[in-house]
Amino acid sequence: MRIELNGLLTEVAAANLGDALTALGYGSSALATALNGVFVPAAARATTPLHDGDRVEVLAPMQGG
Amino acid sequence: MRLYDVEISSRLLLGTAQYPSPLVLTDAIAASGCGVITVSLRRETANGGGGNGFWPLLQSTGAHILPNTAGCHSAQEAITTAQMAREVFGTNWIKLEVIGNADTLQPDPFALVEAARILCADGFAVFPYTTEDLIVAERLLDAGCRVLMPWGAPIGSGRGLRHVDALNAMRGHFPSVPLIIDAGIRAPSQAAQAMEIGFDAVLLNTAVAKAGDPVAMARAFGQAVGAGRLAFEAGLMPPRDMAVPSTPVLGMADLGLGGLR
Repeated sequence: MRIELNGLLTEVAAANLGDALTALGYGSSALATALNGVFVPAAARATTPLHDGDRVEVLAPMQGG
Repeated sequence: MRLYDVEISSRLLLGTAQYPSPLVLTDAIAASGCGVITVSLRRETANGGGGNGFWPLLQSTGAHILPNTAGCHSAQEAITTAQMAREVFGTNWIKLEVIGNADTLQPDPFALVEAARILCADGFAVFPYTTEDLIVAERLLDAGCRVLMPWGAPIGSGRGLRHVDALNAMRGHFPSVPLIIDAGIRAPSQAAQAMEIGFDAVLLNTAVAKAGDPVAMARAFGQAVGAGRLAFEAGLMPPRDMAVPSTPVLGMADLGLGGLR
Protein backbone atom coordinates (compact mmCIF):
# COMPACT_ATOMS: atom_id res chain seq x y z
CA MET A 1 0.00 0.00 0.00
CA ARG A 2 0.99 3.63 -0.34
CA ILE A 3 0.99 6.00 2.56
CA GLU A 4 2.03 9.61 2.85
CA LEU A 5 5.04 9.66 5.18
CA ASN A 6 6.12 13.14 6.27
CA GLY A 7 4.55 14.46 3.09
CA LEU A 8 6.13 11.95 0.71
CA LEU A 9 4.27 9.09 -0.96
CA THR A 10 5.86 5.91 0.37
CA GLU A 11 5.29 2.26 -0.45
CA VAL A 12 5.00 0.05 2.62
CA ALA A 13 4.25 -3.64 3.06
CA ALA A 14 3.87 -3.65 6.85
CA ALA A 15 0.36 -3.87 8.22
CA ASN A 16 0.89 -1.69 11.27
CA LEU A 17 2.66 1.53 12.13
CA GLY A 18 5.33 -0.07 14.31
CA ASP A 19 6.40 -2.58 11.66
CA ALA A 20 6.33 0.09 8.98
CA LEU A 21 8.72 2.33 10.94
CA THR A 22 11.10 -0.57 11.46
CA ALA A 23 10.97 -1.55 7.79
CA LEU A 24 11.60 2.03 6.73
CA GLY A 25 14.74 2.22 8.85
CA TYR A 26 13.55 4.28 11.79
CA GLY A 27 15.54 3.19 14.79
CA SER A 28 14.60 3.17 18.43
CA SER A 29 15.67 6.77 18.99
CA ALA A 30 13.44 9.55 20.21
CA LEU A 31 10.51 9.73 17.81
CA ALA A 32 6.89 10.76 18.02
CA THR A 33 4.22 9.61 15.60
CA ALA A 34 0.84 10.75 14.37
CA LEU A 35 -1.60 9.02 12.04
CA ASN A 36 -4.01 11.17 10.04
CA GLY A 37 -3.42 14.06 12.41
CA VAL A 38 -3.96 12.05 15.59
CA PHE A 39 -1.14 11.31 18.05
CA VAL A 40 -0.14 7.64 18.27
CA PRO A 41 1.81 6.80 21.45
CA ALA A 42 4.91 4.65 21.01
CA ALA A 43 3.26 1.78 22.87
CA ALA A 44 0.32 1.76 20.46
CA ARG A 45 2.27 1.72 17.18
CA ALA A 46 2.38 -2.06 16.89
CA THR A 47 -1.39 -2.30 17.25
CA THR A 48 -2.19 0.61 14.94
CA PRO A 49 -3.13 -0.74 11.50
CA LEU A 50 -2.16 1.15 8.35
CA HIS A 51 -4.41 1.67 5.36
CA ASP A 52 -3.83 2.85 1.85
CA GLY A 53 -3.68 6.64 1.74
CA ASP A 54 -2.93 7.11 5.46
CA ARG A 55 -0.97 10.19 6.42
CA VAL A 56 1.85 9.42 8.86
CA GLU A 57 4.02 12.00 10.59
CA VAL A 58 7.28 10.97 12.25
CA LEU A 59 8.86 13.75 14.28
CA ALA A 60 12.08 14.07 16.26
CA PRO A 61 13.56 16.65 18.67
CA MET A 62 14.75 19.79 16.96
CA GLN A 63 16.02 23.21 17.96
CA GLY A 64 13.23 25.63 18.75
CA GLY A 65 12.50 29.11 20.02
CA MET B 1 10.52 31.93 40.55
CA ARG B 2 7.95 29.13 40.49
CA LEU B 3 6.45 27.95 37.22
CA TYR B 4 3.79 25.27 37.64
CA ASP B 5 5.18 24.35 41.06
CA VAL B 6 8.74 23.99 39.76
CA GLU B 7 11.34 26.29 41.29
CA ILE B 8 13.41 27.91 38.54
CA SER B 9 16.61 29.65 39.55
CA SER B 10 16.97 31.99 36.56
CA ARG B 11 14.47 34.43 35.11
CA LEU B 12 15.86 34.01 31.62
CA LEU B 13 14.42 31.38 29.28
CA LEU B 14 16.43 30.70 26.16
CA GLY B 15 15.53 29.30 22.74
CA THR B 16 17.84 26.78 21.09
CA ALA B 17 17.38 27.56 17.38
CA GLN B 18 19.58 29.32 14.82
CA TYR B 19 22.93 29.02 16.63
CA PRO B 20 26.05 28.73 14.46
CA SER B 21 27.01 25.36 16.00
CA PRO B 22 25.98 22.94 18.76
CA LEU B 23 29.01 23.98 20.80
CA VAL B 24 28.05 27.67 20.62
CA LEU B 25 24.54 26.69 21.66
CA THR B 26 25.62 24.79 24.78
CA ASP B 27 28.18 27.45 25.68
CA ALA B 28 25.50 30.13 25.32
CA ILE B 29 23.10 28.19 27.54
CA ALA B 30 25.80 27.91 30.20
CA ALA B 31 26.87 31.56 29.90
CA SER B 32 23.29 32.83 30.14
CA GLY B 33 22.64 30.94 33.36
CA CYS B 34 19.13 30.23 32.05
CA GLY B 35 17.04 27.62 33.81
CA VAL B 36 14.68 26.77 30.95
CA ILE B 37 15.35 26.09 27.27
CA THR B 38 12.81 25.74 24.50
CA VAL B 39 12.83 22.96 21.91
CA SER B 40 10.67 21.79 19.05
CA LEU B 41 9.70 18.77 16.92
CA ARG B 42 10.31 18.44 13.21
CA ARG B 43 9.99 15.74 10.58
CA GLU B 44 12.58 13.00 10.90
CA THR B 45 14.06 11.13 7.98
CA ALA B 46 14.66 7.39 8.29
CA ASN B 47 18.00 6.61 9.93
CA GLY B 48 18.13 10.23 11.07
CA GLY B 49 19.19 9.24 14.54
CA GLY B 50 16.47 11.07 16.44
CA GLY B 51 17.50 14.70 16.09
CA ASN B 52 21.07 13.87 15.20
CA GLY B 53 22.32 13.93 18.75
CA PHE B 54 20.71 17.28 19.43
CA TRP B 55 18.43 15.93 22.11
CA PRO B 56 21.10 14.20 24.26
CA LEU B 57 23.17 17.37 23.97
CA LEU B 58 20.38 19.47 25.43
CA GLN B 59 19.64 16.95 28.15
CA SER B 60 23.24 17.30 29.26
CA THR B 61 22.74 21.01 29.99
CA GLY B 62 20.52 20.23 32.97
CA ALA B 63 18.07 23.00 32.02
CA HIS B 64 14.32 22.42 32.20
CA ILE B 65 12.90 21.59 28.79
CA LEU B 66 10.00 23.60 27.38
CA PRO B 67 8.82 22.10 24.06
CA ASN B 68 6.91 24.41 21.75
CA THR B 69 4.19 24.05 19.14
CA ALA B 70 5.89 26.55 16.83
CA GLY B 71 4.40 26.81 13.38
CA CYS B 72 1.01 25.36 14.29
CA HIS B 73 -1.89 27.25 12.77
CA SER B 74 -4.88 25.41 14.27
CA ALA B 75 -5.89 24.27 17.72
CA GLN B 76 -5.95 20.61 16.71
CA GLU B 77 -2.52 20.84 15.09
CA ALA B 78 -1.12 22.36 18.29
CA ILE B 79 -2.82 19.74 20.46
CA THR B 80 -1.44 16.81 18.46
CA THR B 81 2.02 18.40 18.44
CA ALA B 82 1.85 18.91 22.21
CA GLN B 83 0.93 15.27 22.75
CA MET B 84 3.85 14.16 20.58
CA ALA B 85 6.20 16.50 22.43
CA ARG B 86 5.08 15.22 25.83
CA GLU B 87 6.07 11.69 24.88
CA VAL B 88 9.41 12.51 23.25
CA PHE B 89 10.63 15.08 25.75
CA GLY B 90 9.15 13.44 28.82
CA THR B 91 7.57 16.63 30.19
CA ASN B 92 4.03 17.95 30.49
CA TRP B 93 5.29 21.51 29.92
CA ILE B 94 4.27 23.00 26.59
CA LYS B 95 4.85 26.43 25.09
CA LEU B 96 1.59 26.78 23.24
CA GLU B 97 1.85 28.69 19.98
CA VAL B 98 -1.11 28.87 17.65
CA ILE B 99 -0.20 31.27 14.90
CA GLY B 100 -2.98 33.32 13.35
CA ASN B 101 -1.06 34.98 10.54
CA ALA B 102 2.01 33.72 8.71
CA ASP B 103 3.41 37.21 8.13
CA THR B 104 3.03 38.75 11.56
CA LEU B 105 3.25 35.45 13.47
CA GLN B 106 0.75 36.88 15.90
CA PRO B 107 -1.22 34.43 18.03
CA ASP B 108 -4.73 33.37 17.05
CA PRO B 109 -6.37 34.10 20.42
CA PHE B 110 -9.50 32.06 19.71
CA ALA B 111 -7.68 28.89 18.71
CA LEU B 112 -5.14 29.52 21.48
CA VAL B 113 -7.80 29.54 24.19
CA GLU B 114 -9.48 26.47 22.70
CA ALA B 115 -6.21 24.52 22.58
CA ALA B 116 -5.23 25.71 26.06
CA ARG B 117 -8.49 24.47 27.54
CA ILE B 118 -8.11 21.01 26.03
CA LEU B 119 -4.42 20.70 26.92
CA CYS B 120 -4.86 21.90 30.51
CA ALA B 121 -7.68 19.38 30.97
CA ASP B 122 -5.31 16.72 29.62
CA GLY B 123 -2.74 17.48 32.30
CA PHE B 124 -0.41 19.78 30.42
CA ALA B 125 1.30 22.75 32.04
CA VAL B 126 0.54 25.27 29.32
CA PHE B 127 2.73 28.32 28.64
CA PRO B 128 0.61 30.26 26.12
CA TYR B 129 2.26 32.65 23.68
CA THR B 130 -0.32 35.41 23.65
CA THR B 131 -0.81 39.12 23.13
CA GLU B 132 -1.19 41.69 25.92
CA ASP B 133 -4.99 41.59 25.55
CA LEU B 134 -6.45 41.35 29.04
CA ILE B 135 -9.63 39.50 28.08
CA VAL B 136 -7.71 36.84 26.18
CA ALA B 137 -5.46 36.55 29.23
CA GLU B 138 -8.47 36.02 31.49
CA ARG B 139 -9.84 33.35 29.14
CA LEU B 140 -6.47 31.58 29.20
CA LEU B 141 -6.47 31.60 33.01
CA ASP B 142 -10.06 30.32 32.98
CA ALA B 143 -8.86 27.54 30.67
CA GLY B 144 -6.38 26.45 33.33
CA CYS B 145 -3.17 28.26 32.38
CA ARG B 146 -1.10 29.35 35.39
CA VAL B 147 1.54 31.23 33.38
CA LEU B 148 1.05 33.79 30.61
CA MET B 149 3.57 34.73 27.95
CA PRO B 150 2.66 37.98 26.20
CA TRP B 151 4.76 39.07 23.26
CA GLY B 152 7.07 42.05 23.49
CA ALA B 153 7.02 42.40 19.70
CA PRO B 154 6.45 39.98 16.80
CA ILE B 155 8.68 36.87 16.82
CA GLY B 156 12.13 37.53 15.45
CA SER B 157 11.50 41.26 14.92
CA GLY B 158 13.77 42.54 17.67
CA ARG B 159 11.52 45.56 18.23
CA GLY B 160 11.57 45.36 22.03
CA LEU B 161 8.49 46.17 24.11
CA ARG B 162 6.13 47.64 21.53
CA HIS B 163 3.24 48.33 23.91
CA VAL B 164 4.67 49.18 27.29
CA ASP B 165 1.45 50.74 28.59
CA ALA B 166 -0.52 47.60 27.76
CA LEU B 167 2.12 45.42 29.38
CA ASN B 168 2.03 47.61 32.49
CA ALA B 169 -1.73 47.19 32.58
CA MET B 170 -1.35 43.44 32.26
CA ARG B 171 1.11 43.35 35.14
CA GLY B 172 -1.24 45.40 37.27
CA HIS B 173 -4.27 43.31 36.34
CA PHE B 174 -2.65 39.96 37.13
CA PRO B 175 -0.38 40.69 40.10
CA SER B 176 0.12 37.06 41.12
CA VAL B 177 0.30 35.28 37.75
CA PRO B 178 3.82 34.59 36.43
CA LEU B 179 4.14 36.77 33.33
CA ILE B 180 6.92 36.04 30.86
CA ILE B 181 7.77 38.33 27.96
CA ASP B 182 8.11 36.02 24.97
CA ALA B 183 9.49 37.23 21.67
CA GLY B 184 10.58 40.51 20.13
CA ILE B 185 13.60 41.22 22.33
CA ARG B 186 16.79 42.42 20.63
CA ALA B 187 18.93 44.07 23.30
CA PRO B 188 19.69 43.34 26.95
CA SER B 189 18.32 46.79 27.83
CA GLN B 190 14.92 45.68 26.51
CA ALA B 191 15.03 42.57 28.67
CA ALA B 192 16.01 44.70 31.65
CA GLN B 193 13.10 47.03 30.92
CA ALA B 194 10.67 44.11 30.98
CA MET B 195 12.05 43.04 34.34
CA GLU B 196 12.02 46.59 35.75
CA ILE B 197 8.28 46.96 35.06
CA GLY B 198 7.70 43.78 37.03
CA PHE B 199 7.54 40.94 34.57
CA ASP B 200 8.67 37.66 36.06
CA ALA B 201 10.92 36.47 33.26
CA VAL B 202 11.97 36.90 29.65
CA LEU B 203 12.09 34.29 26.87
CA LEU B 204 14.25 35.02 23.85
CA ASN B 205 16.17 33.22 21.15
CA THR B 206 17.19 35.19 18.07
CA ALA B 207 18.76 38.04 20.05
CA VAL B 208 21.38 35.60 21.34
CA ALA B 209 21.62 33.17 18.43
CA LYS B 210 22.10 35.91 15.84
CA ALA B 211 24.43 38.11 17.90
CA GLY B 212 27.96 38.65 16.70
CA ASP B 213 29.18 36.64 19.70
CA PRO B 214 26.25 34.55 20.93
CA VAL B 215 28.02 33.32 24.06
CA ALA B 216 28.93 36.85 25.21
CA MET B 217 25.43 38.06 24.36
CA ALA B 218 23.93 35.20 26.37
CA ARG B 219 25.98 36.34 29.37
CA ALA B 220 24.87 39.94 28.78
CA PHE B 221 21.21 38.91 28.77
CA GLY B 222 21.66 36.89 31.94
CA GLN B 223 23.11 39.92 33.70
CA ALA B 224 20.49 42.30 32.28
CA VAL B 225 17.61 40.11 33.44
CA GLY B 226 19.19 39.83 36.88
CA ALA B 227 19.81 43.57 37.09
CA GLY B 228 16.29 44.38 35.92
CA ARG B 229 14.76 42.09 38.51
CA LEU B 230 16.92 43.54 41.26
CA ALA B 231 15.85 47.04 40.21
CA PHE B 232 12.19 46.04 40.31
CA GLU B 233 12.57 44.59 43.78
CA ALA B 234 14.49 47.67 44.92
CA GLY B 235 11.69 49.94 43.72
CA LEU B 236 12.29 52.62 41.11
CA MET B 237 11.91 56.25 42.18
CA PRO B 238 8.74 57.95 40.99
CA PRO B 239 9.26 60.11 37.91
CA ARG B 240 8.82 63.89 38.27
CA ASP B 241 7.69 66.45 35.75
CA MET B 242 10.30 69.06 36.72
CA ALA B 243 13.96 69.14 37.70
CA VAL B 244 14.75 68.76 41.39
CA PRO B 245 18.31 69.39 42.60
CA SER B 246 19.99 66.37 44.08
CA THR B 247 22.59 68.46 45.97
CA PRO B 248 21.05 70.40 48.89
CA VAL B 249 20.51 74.12 48.19
CA LEU B 250 20.26 75.03 51.88
CA GLY B 251 23.57 76.42 53.21
CA MET B 252 24.83 77.44 49.78
CA ALA B 253 27.46 80.21 50.02
CA ASP B 254 26.64 83.71 48.76
CA LEU B 255 29.91 84.86 47.27
CA GLY B 256 28.43 88.06 45.88
CA LEU B 257 29.55 87.22 42.41
CA GLY B 258 26.20 87.40 40.69
CA GLY B 259 24.12 84.58 39.40
CA LEU B 260 20.33 84.39 39.72
CA ARG B 261 18.65 82.02 42.15
